[in-house]
Amino acid sequence: MEFAELIKTPRVDNVVLHRPFYPAVEGTLCLTGHHLILSSRQDNTEELWLLHSNIDAIDKRFVGPLGTIIIKCKDFRIIQLDIPGMEECLNIASSIEALSTLDSITLMYPFFYRPMFEVIEDGWHSFLPEQEFELYSSATSEWRLSYVNKEFAVCPSYPPIVIVPKSIDDEALRKVATFRHGGRFPVLSYYHKKNGMVIMRSGQPLTGTNGRRCKEDEKLINATLRAGKRGYIIDTRSLNVAQQARAKGGGFEQEAHYPQWRRIHKSIERYHILQESLIKLVEACNDQTHNMDRWLSKLEASNWLTHIKEILTTACLAAQCIDREGASILIHGTEGTDSTLQVTSLAQIILEPRSRTIRGFEALIEREWLQAGHPFQQRCAQSAYCNSKQKWESPVFLLFLDCVWQILRQFPCSFEFNENFLIMLFEHAYASQFGTFLGNNESERCKLKLQQKTMSLWSWVNRPSELSKFTNPLFEANNLVIWPSVAPQSLQLWEDSTNK
Amino acid sequence: MISQLGILVRYQLRAGQSVGSLEPWSAEKYTLLLEGVKVENVRLVDRISSKKAALGTLYLTATHVIFVENAPDTRKETWILHSQISTIEKQATAATGCPLLIRCKNFQLLQLIIPQERDCHDVYISLIRLARPVKYEELYCFSFNPKLDKEEREQGWMLIDLSEEYKRMGLPNNYWQLSDVNRDYRVCDSYPTELYVPKSATAHIIVGSSKFRSRRRFPALSYYYRDNHASICRSSQPLSGFSARCLEDEQMLQAIRKANPGSDFIYVVDTRPKLNAMANRAAGKGYENEDNYSNIKFQFIGIENIHVMRNSLQKMLEVCELKSPSMSDFLWGLENSGWLRHIKAIMDAGIFIAKAVSEEGVSVLVHCSDGWDRTAQVCSVASLLLDPHYRTLKGFMVLIEKDWISFGHKFNHRYGNLDGDPKEISPVIDQFIECVWQLMEQFPCAFEFNERFLIHIQHHIYSCQFGNFLCNSQKERQELKIQERTYSLWAHLWKNRADYMNPLFRDDHSQTRGTLRLPTTPCNFLYKFWSGMYNRFEKGLQPRQSVTDYLMAVKEETQQLEEEREALEERLEKIQKVQLNHTKVKAKQSEPSKHSGFSTSDNSTANTPQDYSGNMKSFPSRSPSQGDEDSALILTQDNLKSSDPDLSANSDQESGVEDLSCRSPSGGECAPSEDSGKDRDSDEAVFLTA
Repeated sequence: MEFAELIKTPRVDNVVLHRPFYPAVEGTLCLTGHHLILSSRQDNTEELWLLHSNIDAIDKRFVGPLGTIIIKCKDFRIIQLDIPGMEECLNIASSIEALSTLDSITLMYPFFYRPMFEVIEDGWHSFLPEQEFELYSSATSEWRLSYVNKEFAVCPSYPPIVIVPKSIDDEALRKVATFRHGGRFPVLSYYHKKNGMVIMRSGQPLTGTNGRRCKEDEKLINATLRAGKRGYIIDTRSLNVAQQARAKGGGFEQEAHYPQWRRIHKSIERYHILQESLIKLVEACNDQTHNMDRWLSKLEASNWLTHIKEILTTACLAAQCIDREGASILIHGTEGTDSTLQVTSLAQIILEPRSRTIRGFEALIEREWLQAGHPFQQRCAQSAYCNSKQKWESPVFLLFLDCVWQILRQFPCSFEFNENFLIMLFEHAYASQFGTFLGNNESERCKLKLQQKTMSLWSWVNRPSELSKFTNPLFEANNLVIWPSVAPQSLQLWEDSTNK
Repeated sequence: MISQLGILVRYQLRAGQSVGSLEPWSAEKYTLLLEGVKVENVRLVDRISSKKAALGTLYLTATHVIFVENAPDTRKETWILHSQISTIEKQATAATGCPLLIRCKNFQLLQLIIPQERDCHDVYISLIRLARPVKYEELYCFSFNPKLDKEEREQGWMLIDLSEEYKRMGLPNNYWQLSDVNRDYRVCDSYPTELYVPKSATAHIIVGSSKFRSRRRFPALSYYYRDNHASICRSSQPLSGFSARCLEDEQMLQAIRKANPGSDFIYVVDTRPKLNAMANRAAGKGYENEDNYSNIKFQFIGIENIHVMRNSLQKMLEVCELKSPSMSDFLWGLENSGWLRHIKAIMDAGIFIAKAVSEEGVSVLVHCSDGWDRTAQVCSVASLLLDPHYRTLKGFMVLIEKDWISFGHKFNHRYGNLDGDPKEISPVIDQFIECVWQLMEQFPCAFEFNERFLIHIQHHIYSCQFGNFLCNSQKERQELKIQERTYSLWAHLWKNRADYMNPLFRDDHSQTRGTLRLPTTPCNFLYKFWSGMYNRFEKGLQPRQSVTDYLMAVKEETQQLEEEREALEERLEKIQKVQLNHTKVKAKQSEPSKHSGFSTSDNSTANTPQDYSGNMKSFPSRSPSQGDEDSALILTQDNLKSSDPDLSANSDQESGVEDLSCRSPSGGECAPSEDSGKDRDSDEAVFLTA
């Protein structure tokens, strides 16, 4: 397909651009296959370059011959273009609509983007699982790398290499995979060097209504416990939801079959509930009335901060089990690709000083989100302004970043990166010139040949000139576990992410 | 067990442990223990985790409630001034003892459990009496002695001088003059004696106008904007009823307009809701009728009255007191309290006036009913927005002195210093202080002072430790001879100003110079709950690392390193001179010995760090071993970026950063494991109940 077919009017003069907090700019509007560009064609004026894939929704209206297109972006910006000429305006609108909703991934900008910078370090090879494992292997010999998923046959959403208990062979892993949702058998997420306790994550066990069990699963989970130790299974769903899951073949670990483990249920929301929360939150932030009370009740009704509180609380609980109780934990919800990852990654932020450095945080995103199979393509397809309401769209990653921001705000000197780094990650997860967040898991990324055909976000970010923008000048390495407060008084709205 | 003591007791205070940082000057404290009030085996309950309670002894002294923990390693002390006590609640006796809840005006909440009901009752009765003094002489400031001599005390009172302030504004000038009409408080007893009025306003006009205003509070100057001659004046409401008018009052407003040649009208801003103002008409009071006054534009800005504000704060504090509230409980309660709505209303009024003055060049007359609550709030917010001077440490003291103290804000009634009508109590200045904080959040580089400064001022408005905020008017303070008998808070704050500096302050930035401009689009989300004030005694809820403290420590350290560098440079110069002579001498002797000349000099520089670290103990491990100034500089930079963990560990223990670790409530950075252990406990409770 040629993009040119979709672009009926590639260029319009005398277009006026309105953005909040900026003066209006008049200039020439150009459409390319991937960008909407507005240039005043004068020196020293900023040009607007907007990726079509960043466009969440558009509205158009007409007053006489003057058309107006309101573009609502996935990063929550709202911009307005006044376009003279009804036909031009309609053409532009329909082109934007078509170009922003292309359904083939290979037509996305990362496949066309040619970097203008010199690649110092190829980000595709910056965080290899083998290297990550080496960090642990000096401290413990109880774990091993398994290549059982090399062909993505055992678990389609897992990477080819995972870390599992040394005493469990690949054959057992294959059996356990059939007992876990999506084949997501328990793997190591984090090893706490201080006391050897671990965080594992998985999908829900497929116990069903008749209480199926799996000896290998029980053996695998117990293999992570040291002699005489007990562990906690944190189910991110409420007991009620977990019980209901049995009817659909899912379920939770029966304590009778896992006697050394205590189960704790939390209730982290998922899917459309989070999406609706985001929609309400952004709506409240864009509300232009003077009324203070309405703002607070809208903020409350959005439930956004309630979700933040719940996720943070669960992560703190997990970290507490590890560091204070000296107990290992297994975390899962249903699929183990959303709330599970929020909890495992936030617990590491709390426990592990390295994950509060830029490099360590990138490694964390790579390990706990990209390789762990968080379906970015599905979750970030649309943002707060879209009406499509697909079940799989959900701001799971944004909530995670927001939680990191909350901890960063409480420990402003303990993070090597700053708020801009988090906002940058949010923006690139939704629309980017880089291939990093394309696809839903490693298997899809392999098929798309992203490493060969696109540039990694990390190749760009980790250049000294970029890093300087994301570095926190207050950072002073803090080797302690940091315990954030989760009281409502301590949590705030992350304005800079939601108010552009 | 109550023992009969009644003797002078000596307490050793450890820095940073009690309310301590607010207890100035004395590291040691002598205080009279009240007859018989010492109770042992009292438990102080931690509000966040009810599991944790500290066992200790409760003392009542003439001025303080003191709780000393038994734990031998800490012996932590909690000091509460009687004047800070807002309410005392004796709860039903439980198996563990009799709970006593003490709520303080600085938002501290103390929950004590006293084993014997009888003891609890005794403490309760004593505190009720002690917390409600009936005579000014009973207040702490009359017994508080910071060990300053008479001269120092007098100098302290002279630190803030309002006549200097009016001079700074550019007064007197062609339009404004100092009036002596209120000499000996003849016209208005709640006004100061020195007031600026328009030149064309004769004594006859002023006196006539004053008779037409509530409590004779006639229009007088609050702030003069010298850039365009516009001004902010303040008064009380006119006694207009439904139809009354007063020629002199009309002339007075005319005179204010004339004092601003650039504009042909003035704004009259009534800060009350319209309904309230209209209701006042029935009582023979009310508001200006535009038809009677030539060239005024009348404007209502609905700020609620003191009773609404008192209830609003009460509701908000109830929300703060909730035990592990959900997010919804909290936000709903916050909204329901209306507190932030009231804060925004005050800000909006201030913004309106600042805009009228700076952008339109129009003078504004502000009043409410009596012109001492809302008017004070609004005038001072507007001044703060308009004039960067008020955003400095000293300027802010001046602002409070001007718009609050001198213009007769009724501190005694509003903050309940003496036992009085509870309906008179209202957090009027608290709201102003919060407005300043809200502005600081939005303009982090515009203020010379930091959040701690505001919190300490709030504390001392209630503490009665200093004489500044006593009484209801200048006249009363004079009669009481406050300046001869008490000390000034401003001198105390000024002396400790290093603690109150905002390291981010930049007065040379386009955003912080001149008038502060807030966004024109309404941004409700800019107004936030101030947990640093209302939950300030719950350290677990505060950010664990303070950016302010960190930056101040870095700044201090940088300064020390600068000094060190200079000292070393000097030394180097000397050494080079010496060495030059040395080599000259040696060169004369023989060529090869030139090298030995260098080696001696090496030795002498190698000794430098030792000598140096003897002089400056703070940097033993950091002094550049070769006395090389460049390496010293690099070290500084490294430390700012903290790329070297060893270095920062050093600085934590040995350098200026040490202060940080004592001062900041950090559970993370420099705290020993014991501290993080504490955090754990409190968090545990939270996580598990949540």
